[in-house]
Amino acid sequence: MRLDWELARRGYRRYAAYPGATYAGLFTNVFFGFLLAYILLAVYERADVIGGYDVRDAIAYVWLAQGLLSVVASFGPSWIELAERVRTGDVATDLQRPVDLQRALFAQDVGRAGYQLLYRAAPQFLLGALLFEVTIPAEPVRWLAFAASVSLAIVVSFALRFIVNLTSFWLLDYRGTYLMALVASHVLSGLIVPLSFFPGTIGDVVRALPFAAMLQAPIDIYVGAPLGGSTALVLLLQGTWAVLLLAAGRALLAAGTRKLVLQGG
Amino acid sequence: MYVRLVGSRVRSQLQYRASAALQIFGTTLIALLDLVTIVVIFDNVPELDGWTLQEVGLLYGIASISFALTDLVIGHLDRLPQMIRDGSFDQVLVRPLPSLLQVVASDFALRRLGKAVQGLGVLVWALTAVEVDWTAGRAAMIPLAIVSGAVIYAGVWVALATVAFWIVDAIEFVNAFTYGGNFLSQYPVSIFGRWLRGLVVFVIPIAFVAYFPALYVLDKSDGLGLPEWFRFASPLVAAVVALGARLVWGNAVRRYRSAGG
Repeated sequence: MRLDWELARRGYRRYAAYPGATYAGLFTNVFFGFLLAYILLAVYERADVIGGYDVRDAIAYVWLAQGLLSVVASFGPSWIELAERVRTGDVATDLQRPVDLQRALFAQDVGRAGYQLLYRAAPQFLLGALLFEVTIPAEPVRWLAFAASVSLAIVVSFALRFIVNLTSFWLLDYRGTYLMALVASHVLSGLIVPLSFFPGTIGDVVRALPFAAMLQAPIDIYVGAPLGGSTALVLLLQGTWAVLLLAAGRALLAAGTRKLVLQGG
Repeated sequence: MYVRLVGSRVRSQLQYRASAALQIFGTTLIALLDLVTIVVIFDNVPELDGWTLQEVGLLYGIASISFALTDLVIGHLDRLPQMIRDGSFDQVLVRPLPSLLQVVASDFALRRLGKAVQGLGVLVWALTAVEVDWTAGRAAMIPLAIVSGAVIYAGVWVALATVAFWIVDAIEFVNAFTYGGNFLSQYPVSIFGRWLRGLVVFVIPIAFVAYFPALYVLDKSDGLGLPEWFRFASPLVAAVVALGARLVWGNAVRRYRSAGG
């Protein structure tokens, strides 16, 4: 536990060391936040409620999504670090360390997410809430559920990225899978328009996928329009994806390690 | 043994090829993302500030082809901060060739052409689907808008990229206006807030890439209430932007002091 804490602090400090990158990222997210907010305001000129979101929900959605993007679906340099270590073979050193690789990386990623939450998501949402009319839940329970959901989203995001990185045990050039994962998480996490805008069955299916568990689920809970109308159900779904994906990551790591030993021997 | 060695080579290349195929597929999908957004929006509402799906498709087509052409030719400006950091920009300066030409010509990624093809597809669809009283002028406006648009994007990109001479890590600021600008031009400019409309008409004039030419082609009234001749001003704006970018770049390069000096 002490070690996990120490690793998380390292993960936090690593991002804190480059405030310039944070400001630049913040600037871009805010700019896109404005664009999307104006687009959605124009959309709501012609509709009152879309997929359970009224206009204030939709604007809250924009600023939460742009803010949480860096927290859960970080596409920064840390994304492909493990894949690069697998490609160069450095991962062999990592595996010899007396700590569990997945657990150690997760601890670092929690530190990273914490930094992004404090310095990107929070200021950005506050700015959006000051400049536009957004939904602010009154019930403390909903805020708690939202916090729980964001935490689960961080786990799902880590587990998914871990898996994508590990594919480089088999695909020596990871850029293809990286790009596919990027595309999938962009569309299916609900970054640009809320997934609840998608029509009928497609909308329900994409909202049940792990990508939705990274971004759409917490925001659905925040605005009070969770999938199937039940916050508990959404949290359970997120939890299930977290466990399944972490387990799948472990299995992949074990299989990859065996392969690594064969090649090295 | 030989068969095994050759077999391993072939396998490794196949693995790379799978990855390469995924990359091209992924690039195309990313280009399609903005389109998905537009389609999903119009699945919920019939029009956006008086613009139908087909009309927004026209904006999208013109804007994406222009942007794809710009990206194809000068997309390599992305690497400028890296070149400044590792000193290879200094080598560029001592060669007897224009510095900007050398930076943008250091790579040419043909796969970026995929984006233009996708934009062309949407443009053709939009042109067959919109109701337009075609005249020679309207038909000529479309290629003219695409070329002017590409020049406007390129000028903006070059001018903003010079920020890298002072702040090396600033490339993401530039992305907000290049990629963000492209995203913005796919929508009617009239939906954006006052400050943003002013910015994209008078300061960073990307409203002239698709919005104003499309107003003329579709014979729509301008939601911004600006003079009629703005619809024909794209080539002029492109010329001004190109000239401005040239001055900014030249000035920035003259003032540039390498970290090694």
